[in-house]
Amino acid sequence: MSGPSDYQPSHPALKWFEQRLPIIGLVHSSFVAYPTPRNLNYWWTFGAILSMMLGVQILTGVILAMHYTPHADLAFKSVELIVRDVNYGWLLRNMHACGASMFFLAVYIHMFRGLYYGSYKAPREVLWILGVIIYLLMMATGFMGYVLPWGQMSFWGATVITNLFSAVPYFGESIVTLLWGGYSVGNPTLNRFFALHYLLPFLIAGVVVLHVWALHVAGQNNPAGVEPKTEKDMVPFTPYATIKDFFGVTCFLIFYSWFIFYMPNYLGEADNYIPANPAVTPAHIVPEWYYLPFYAILRSIPNKLAGVVAMFAAIIVLVFLPWLDSAKTRSNKYRPLGKQFFWIFFIVCIGLGYLGAQPPEGVYVVLGRILTVLYFAYFLIVLPLLARIETPRPLPNSIADDVLAKSGRKAAPMVSAVIALVAAVSLLAGGMGDARASEGQENPPSAKWSFAGPFGTFDRGAVQRGLKVYKEVCSNCHSLQYVAFRNLAEPGGPGYTPAQAAAFAAEYKVKDGPNDAGDMFERPGRPADYFPSPFPNEQAARAANGGAAPPDLSLIAKARSYKRGFPWFIIDFFTQFQEQGPNYINALLQGYEDNPPHGVTIPEGSYYNKYFPGHAIKMPKPISDGQVTYDDGSPTTVAQYAHDVATFLMWTAEPHMEARKRLGYQVFIFLIIFAGLMYFTKKRVWAAAH
Amino acid sequence: MTASTADHPTRRDFLFVATGATAAVGGVAALWPFISQMNPDASTIAAGAPIEVDLTPVAEGQDIKVFWRGKPIYISHRTKKQVEEVRAVPVSSLIDPATDQSRTKDGHEQWLVVIGICTHLGCIPIAHEGNYDGFFCPCHGSQYDASGRVRQGPAPLNLPVPPYQFVSDTKIQIG
Ligand code: FES
Repeated sequence: MSGPSDYQPSHPALKWFEQRLPIIGLVHSSFVAYPTPRNLNYWWTFGAILSMMLGVQILTGVILAMHYTPHADLAFKSVELIVRDVNYGWLLRNMHACGASMFFLAVYIHMFRGLYYGSYKAPREVLWILGVIIYLLMMATGFMGYVLPWGQMSFWGATVITNLFSAVPYFGESIVTLLWGGYSVGNPTLNRFFALHYLLPFLIAGVVVLHVWALHVAGQNNPAGVEPKTEKDMVPFTPYATIKDFFGVTCFLIFYSWFIFYMPNYLGEADNYIPANPAVTPAHIVPEWYYLPFYAILRSIPNKLAGVVAMFAAIIVLVFLPWLDSAKTRSNKYRPLGKQFFWIFFIVCIGLGYLGAQPPEGVYVVLGRILTVLYFAYFLIVLPLLARIETPRPLPNSIADDVLAKSGRKAAPMVSAVIALVAAVSLLAGGMGDARASEGQENPPSAKWSFAGPFGTFDRGAVQRGLKVYKEVCSNCHSLQYVAFRNLAEPGGPGYTPAQAAAFAAEYKVKDGPNDAGDMFERPGRPADYFPSPFPNEQAARAANGGAAPPDLSLIAKARSYKRGFPWFIIDFFTQFQEQGPNYINALLQGYEDNPPHGVTIPEGSYYNKYFPGHAIKMPKPISDGQVTYDDGSPTTVAQYAHDVATFLMWTAEPHMEARKRLGYQVFIFLIIFAGLMYFTKKRVWAAAH
Repeated sequence: MTASTADHPTRRDFLFVATGATAAVGGVAALWPFISQMNPDASTIAAGAPIEVDLTPVAEGQDIKVFWRGKPIYISHRTKKQVEEVRAVPVSSLIDPATDQSRTKDGHEQWLVVIGICTHLGCIPIAHEGNYDGFFCPCHGSQYDASGRVRQGPAPLNLPVPPYQFVSDTKIQIG
């Protein structure tokens, strides 16, 4: 990609091939001999990290598509079956779902790096614009991918985002109908989103090729922002950049694995573990964290059309950046004012992200407007103005001079920037946690769980007792439709033998058929059967329970959450706290009070519960002391029942949790050893260049 | 650079080899989940559990087809004549030599249970057709006798007998 190659293979067969298709020469000149500035810092490894993430997303995505069913009635279930039944399905899904977040995190770092070091300036304008196109495609892909699990957030996210187009004058409604393929978001929408979600990554890969091509024509920018002059300024891509990129990728994998194995739901929404329900909108619709700044801009403008325009403009303005900033000096290292404004802009973006997750009321609206103005001001006022009034500091003569000046100094700025970034991202993530807040609510107390933490395992006794409570009490109203009897004998669960599970199954009557005569019949359950539902359909469940259908309990421990608030959400990231669901279940079962506190009125047919959002729950107090007998001598109190049921339901929500944590532990040991080896190898290789 | 290579040639080499080897091990290990996911998932395996078939409705000379693990299983209630015929054939003359006794259960010789998948390329042979009073595969003309043994190519092997046993005189469990 940098002119005709002088590479000549020595083997005659390769020579023959090379004369007909010079692809080896192309690879050689692009990724081996290609000269790269010797002063690149680790922010430059994000190009390689992004390539890896694109590869990971395509690979895991193609595999998930092999097991996924794009149908409104089956999509949610098929995702659950991937996680529960497919070999390593939980791993592949976590890789893909967390991978999307990691991809965006890396792309934001890559973009801010380009912004800081002026990588968009001549002659790299086209390179930059191709990058903006990739970013736009990524946003579309990420959005459509989020719709596919067909949970509540998927459904309502799809509704809200597609409705953005209804702001278009005259044609708005028709455009939205066209996008949906119906009169509301439904099965046709899901099908086309699936098709496009599969297609777009390959388009991204295509534009990435153009992006790399443009990069290799213009050459890489560098932290000093001066063009290379002599041979001494450069090192060959392989081994120097390759080994450095590999080291960067390995470090990034460690960070990525923390999410895959220990915090898979940290960046997700609990509501998305509730199947899509067109009749109920979740209390707070929040997009994925990577859209939050733009969502904040959308909401801060009180006019529908103007809000949508502003949101898109916030991205499109990036296309014009090379011409808005006409300063001659590229790198902000040598622009005293530019540097300050860059960091202010960075904080503005993080602030917008935080606000995007807050409810659109009160001070948040005002702040949102201020930050929106500041966002646009940076591009439209500050950058053009700075180009005229700023006196830059003197640039180094050459890249080699820059390297000499730097050697001996520590990489402290890099470290502090990384810390700032981690803090910023957790702020965004935590902001999202905030948005799940239920107003005026007391948080459930945190109980002690055997399955918490990196080495947590289920307490077999508690899971078995919880199963007994479910069977004797909860199962009268609540189904458990994703759990099969065979699961009871699987490793990491209650620890029954296959024979015990089969005997347990045989106690149930399961509907089967039709038989040869065409009749449905009942037979004893088999291990392959799923727990039968107490009601034949949702309407029956509703009718029997005063209008509120009791939710299925298979996923309830992941589908319920509450806000942790600052600074807990940051600490939680490091302590791996993710037991909101069990805490909530545990508290709810003990949260009934006969007399509501003064001033709280509970409607007829509802009951007061301290921990239920809004306090008026339709479920009467389900269990009292002594109701279920235990054979292992555990106390038969409500507190014990609640704890056991919560443990059991955590297991039903994630039957492979123990496998996840165990594999995570092994992967971490490997990655840390490997990163260490890579570090020393990199030092060895670079020793030759210094 | 030259000095450092000369000073510690082995250390340098060892480091590179160790890093490369670790990368290779990690890469291969990482492949495993991507391959393993192609295997039948847990629900498919569970659905492949043994099935029971009641033989009472199958009259002499008739056969039924049931499915086990997605495969068609022929259960034939053979006539006396069929049994005598297949047992009279000299085993050495067969393409895939096997006695009828070895393919049926003692005391239940009237019952033949075979997987109805042609051993040539997987079509389903038709029962009661062909020259051997057994099965005929319409795809490429393979013929099987009433013991499910291949008598005429291109199929190379007899129809396989699935694992099964008699739980009573009129009931078998396949699997
Ligand atoms: S598949 Fe039966 S003869 Fe070819």
